[in-house]
Amino acid sequence: MTTIKRITFGAAALALAVAAFQAPPAQADGKSIIVQSTTSTQNSGLYDYMLPIFEKKTGIKVNVVAVGTGQAIKNAQNCDGDVLLVHAKPAEEKFVNAGFGVKRSDVMYNDFIVVGPANDPAKVGGMKDAPKAFKMIAAANAIFASRGDNSGTHKKEVRLWKAAEVDIKKASGEWYRETGSGMGATLNAAVGMGAYALTDRATWISFKNKGTYKIQVEGDKQLFNQYGIILVNPKKCPKVKQAEAQTFIDWVLSKDGQDTIASYKLNGLQLFFPNGKSS
Amino acid sequence: MQDFGEAFFTAFSLLFSFDADLMEVIGLSLRVSLTALLVAGLIGLSIGALLAVTRFPGRGVALVVVNSMMGLPPVVVGLIIYMLLSNAGPLGFLGLLYTPTAMIIAQAVLILPIIAALSRQVIEDLHNEYADQFRSFCVPTGRMMAELLWDARYSLLTVMLAGLGRAMAEVGAVIIVGGNINHLTRVMTTTIALETSKGDLALALGLGVVLLTIALTINAAVMGLNATAKRQAYA
Amino acid sequence: MRDLRPANVIDLRNTQDSGAGADLFPLTVEDLTYQAGGTVLIKGIDLTLGAGGVTVIMGPNGAGKSLLLRLLHGLLEPSGGWIAWGGQPLDDAIRRRQAMVFQRAVMLRRSVAANIDFVLRLRGRADPARRREILEHAGLADRAEQPARLLSGGEQQRLALARALATEPDVLFMDEPTSNLDPASTLVIEDITKAARDRGTKIVFITHDMGQARRLADDVVFMHRGKVLEHSPAAAFFNQPASAEAGDYMAGKIIL
Repeated sequence: MTTIKRITFGAAALALAVAAFQAPPAQADGKSIIVQSTTSTQNSGLYDYMLPIFEKKTGIKVNVVAVGTGQAIKNAQNCDGDVLLVHAKPAEEKFVNAGFGVKRSDVMYNDFIVVGPANDPAKVGGMKDAPKAFKMIAAANAIFASRGDNSGTHKKEVRLWKAAEVDIKKASGEWYRETGSGMGATLNAAVGMGAYALTDRATWISFKNKGTYKIQVEGDKQLFNQYGIILVNPKKCPKVKQAEAQTFIDWVLSKDGQDTIASYKLNGLQLFFPNGKSS
Repeated sequence: MQDFGEAFFTAFSLLFSFDADLMEVIGLSLRVSLTALLVAGLIGLSIGALLAVTRFPGRGVALVVVNSMMGLPPVVVGLIIYMLLSNAGPLGFLGLLYTPTAMIIAQAVLILPIIAALSRQVIEDLHNEYADQFRSFCVPTGRMMAELLWDARYSLLTVMLAGLGRAMAEVGAVIIVGGNINHLTRVMTTTIALETSKGDLALALGLGVVLLTIALTINAAVMGLNATAKRQAYA
Repeated sequence: MRDLRPANVIDLRNTQDSGAGADLFPLTVEDLTYQAGGTVLIKGIDLTLGAGGVTVIMGPNGAGKSLLLRLLHGLLEPSGGWIAWGGQPLDDAIRRRQAMVFQRAVMLRRSVAANIDFVLRLRGRADPARRREILEHAGLADRAEQPARLLSGGEQQRLALARALATEPDVLFMDEPTSNLDPASTLVIEDITKAARDRGTKIVFITHDMGQARRLADDVVFMHRGKVLEHSPAAAFFNQPASAEAGDYMAGKIIL
């Protein structure tokens, strides 16, 4: 019967649709917050380690949106998050001073490093002085891969070039290459074209496509990388889940939270060093 | 590169391990893309059928617009949907940003023009064959659209497949409006993007192979259905 | 009975005819023209057709037979002149009382039964019993579940005819329905057509087949170069056509 065929066809389409809808609905009991954060922390695997511990304790689900620091701050200004956890102190303070955030607290730190190919064309291997190393890279016209995305790492890198008195705008497209993408994508690009790159140590340790690359410059005080946490201001963004968000911030800054951060290791190496103070 | 061999090995060990996280990601990918397909299909097929059987001033312009929209960059769609759904945007009150629903909307917008434009072509071809007979029977326009959609069903299945392919393969839009949140909005393509950024190229490629396998399975099923239809001269 | 009919109308209805479609007649065509792309294809046709019977339209290729049929059925808009069915201009209400069988059967991509159901539903009543009756009448009852497009050419045309008759039309246009068919299929089509005529349906039938014209025609319209040269009762036409062109045509000569 044609009718039966028609029904079969319709039923198949319907079944497909129903199957599509039947998947478990997202977040049945709405206790969740959104943390706008950076790719470096996400790629390191820290959240995958730390958040289940917090969720188990409090029942609050933490959803991390990992983008560049610049975009994370922009998203938070649009009220699209409850907590901001990034690493660009001046920008963070500006965010708080403009009234978008309640208060900024230090959470943890690690450091930036300069990585480069084993043959080290600019001969910067083993140096400590980052601006000087940058100067030598520029002098050698050695290729340098920059994030170029206004992220925390990128902002730090721009400050280092300034300290090295190198005009990167002139070199853009020549030896200075802005990828306009995240840390991992930039490292992939650097490895692909034999370029030096500035990266945070956590991303580097967890990065798997290292090729012949190794750390060339480390240990400079200027390479210090501080992470901060901020509650998005409920006065500006009424939808902010203040209680849950504050619970998360308090836990991250508590002894328990700080110990959790310290205990996260990859390949036997500690990736982040807690320096938060609970208020 | 040793990564290729490793990728295939990874892909198959992934698939057959039935890893819970992977299954969740695959499930969400299918759920988001199939729902987007359903929504875009309902609207797109109606638009396609309407454009195929009606003649009105400005139809030429409408066709050009729909055809060009097929080339919409996913990132642009993602950005526009983000700006609409953001809490700072006009639809922020819906609270849809960073949910699977937002991803469904983005994908539906992305594939709507594809379905509308391709189905318009398919239905218009069929309409050229049927037009005199339909006019002879005085079939009303709405009825005509419905009958053409039904008779073109197997060709339209291929059109829907093109839409599904684009939806499942795109990453630019869903990563912006979904946020690639673990266990909430992480799908196949955003996972691939994430693993690539972690430098785990073998795993990323392995996931790509998994995605390809799913696409192959769906395509093979539809082709089988179409072959049956052709034997019955229904396609 | 109307007395307004022009004197030359050939009314061939049987006396026992119910005359369901009588109000559509006479069909009057006045100064009908049709042009496409600057070429005048139908050049001022005047024609009057009465109710009932089979009117056969003949003429060489390119004479405008199909165009005339399409204009009468409303598939094409005339460029000039006018068509009146029983004094009424052609509208959808009248068109719904007409049906047409094309030279190449248009089969929906469905089963034979669904092709009939489509029309029954369109006219407001999808009735399996009625469908069975229609298919039996067309000799297609055992093919009901088969895909329509897999039928032979003859079966497809039979289905197209059955589908057209399922609307119970008062007027049935047939545009060379058997030109591609084998003799057996042609015979079946002719028989079904005659049965429809006997039920009172007016048939307007285009054919190139002289034998078919003789078998079916009650009156003949002969066309040449977009004009009607002659409209005569069948017996008179086949005995002695009034126009020289028709005579040449029947003698198998090429007429220019």
